[in-house]
Amino acid sequence: METETIIETTDLTKRYGRQTAVNGLTLKVKEGEIFGFLGPNGAGKTTTLLMLLGLSRPSKGAATVCGLDPLRMSKEVKRHVGYLPENVGFYGDMDAVQSLEYVADLNGFKKGEAREKIDDLLDLVGLKEEARKKTAAFSRGMKQRLGVAEVLIKDPKVLFLDEPTLGLDPEGAIQIIDLIQSLNKEKNITVLLSSHNLHQVQKMSHRVGIMIGGNLIAEGSIDSLAEEKFGVGEKEYSLEEIYMKYFQEV
Amino acid sequence: MQGLYAVFKKELQDHLSSYRFVILFALIAMVSFITSYMAAVHMRGNLEGLASTKFPFLMLFSTPGAMFSMVQFVAFFGPLIGLILGFDAINRERTQGTLIKVLSQPIYRDAVINGKFLAGVMTIAVMLVAIVLVISGFGLAFVGVVPGIEEMWRLFIFLIISIFYISFWLGLSILFSILFKSIATSSLASVALWIFLSFFISLGAEVVANTVAPIDRKNEVQPEVVLENARIKEMVSLSSPMVLYSDATATIIDPMRKTTRSIILVGPMEELLSARFQNPLSLGQSIVIVFPHIIALIAITLICFAISYLVFMLQEIRT
Repeated sequence: METETIIETTDLTKRYGRQTAVNGLTLKVKEGEIFGFLGPNGAGKTTTLLMLLGLSRPSKGAATVCGLDPLRMSKEVKRHVGYLPENVGFYGDMDAVQSLEYVADLNGFKKGEAREKIDDLLDLVGLKEEARKKTAAFSRGMKQRLGVAEVLIKDPKVLFLDEPTLGLDPEGAIQIIDLIQSLNKEKNITVLLSSHNLHQVQKMSHRVGIMIGGNLIAEGSIDSLAEEKFGVGEKEYSLEEIYMKYFQEV
Repeated sequence: MQGLYAVFKKELQDHLSSYRFVILFALIAMVSFITSYMAAVHMRGNLEGLASTKFPFLMLFSTPGAMFSMVQFVAFFGPLIGLILGFDAINRERTQGTLIKVLSQPIYRDAVINGKFLAGVMTIAVMLVAIVLVISGFGLAFVGVVPGIEEMWRLFIFLIISIFYISFWLGLSILFSILFKSIATSSLASVALWIFLSFFISLGAEVVANTVAPIDRKNEVQPEVVLENARIKEMVSLSSPMVLYSDATATIIDPMRKTTRSIILVGPMEELLSARFQNPLSLGQSIVIVFPHIIALIAITLICFAISYLVFMLQEIRT
């Protein structure tokens, strides 16, 4: 695995009025890593992702993504980063193919190139059958898979996934997780993932960060976090136990 | 540019294939048909026996047949086109969750708002040009009048002014769709402002004028006071885009009109003089008369769009 740093933040802070959404976040994510962002609702995970995309302006601090400053080079950063927002939306009167075509258009694809790519992607996410169905009729799981296909059109180096498995049935969640893992292995895509589902995060992530109230409380591999909290021992601790331990201490 | 073009293309497709466009277009086409038909019938009756009339072609647009002329119709209901095309431009995308998705693609943020505005303007232009062409064809067939080159120029300028006028309302409704998160609020706000600026401003103007320069009806009426009263009334009502537009287009489309003022004080000799020279104005002179109106109309359109642009660029977007 490569060890180059692909995302770096130093003292990244975002304030809304008096409220601090993200407080002095300093973080490094290496290329080819799956990094799990944990934390309760409103902990500042989404805000962090938006700042890394250059969609939100940090109050203080700086970030680099793929060696670029998202604040000044937002467009270039977005060329390399695919962002799947929580509850991704679609134009209801478009079908899956049209929806993908629009995203391809926005990415500056030529008509012919896009066609082929869209077919491949629909195959990859398993929506071949529903290619001509209007997205308004899509189930939650199908929407999520179409969302993944949309972010993959640009051949991203980095994926930001905001709650990718939220509201999915277990089978759908497993499909998404498998897809993310295979993308990470085969294409060496770095994944920054935020989730509440600790089991899934534990299963996928190489490293995790725990964020509570805008502060990054802990960061590291699951084993190292367990060691820090419970000491070295025979017992394997689940991420849930570790998380709760951190959570209680705050 | 790639982002702008993609958004523009998609929005234009949406507009042209949406039901609201079809309904709106049908309604407006129908009404313009009827008004120009009435105008044509009216004209045919009046023109009979006259050796030569000046600019009969333009009368298709400026003659009120039964109720109102084509020009008045655009002044009244044109804004509705702009409002309907724009009132949910941004906040619908926001509630759908598509705005953040589009903005996380490699485009500049202004591509979204510019694309939407341009697609709206394009739709408006298509609509107006189509209607004007249909009425012209109708006039050719029904009354048998052929437009001269000056009449075509006048129509062309009328079209440009109309596009700006309706685009002002488009820009305004887009601004509201940025400011208000809920679609219901933004649509109500823009309709309310339209009704206020178009229909109630004349009432307001009267009140202001009568307060500042009351006309004493009991005693002898002084011409200075009447003039002052009219001047104030005009000034206040000019804050309505509809008045700006009606004044501008009425003068452009009717070469016989020599001023936008409602009250003109003339001495007896002057009157005699002007009665002898009842010639139409040249196009250049017509434009000179309403040049401030045209510039003001273009300016408010651009300012309105610039405000939406700024607000949108500085806004925090999370969904």
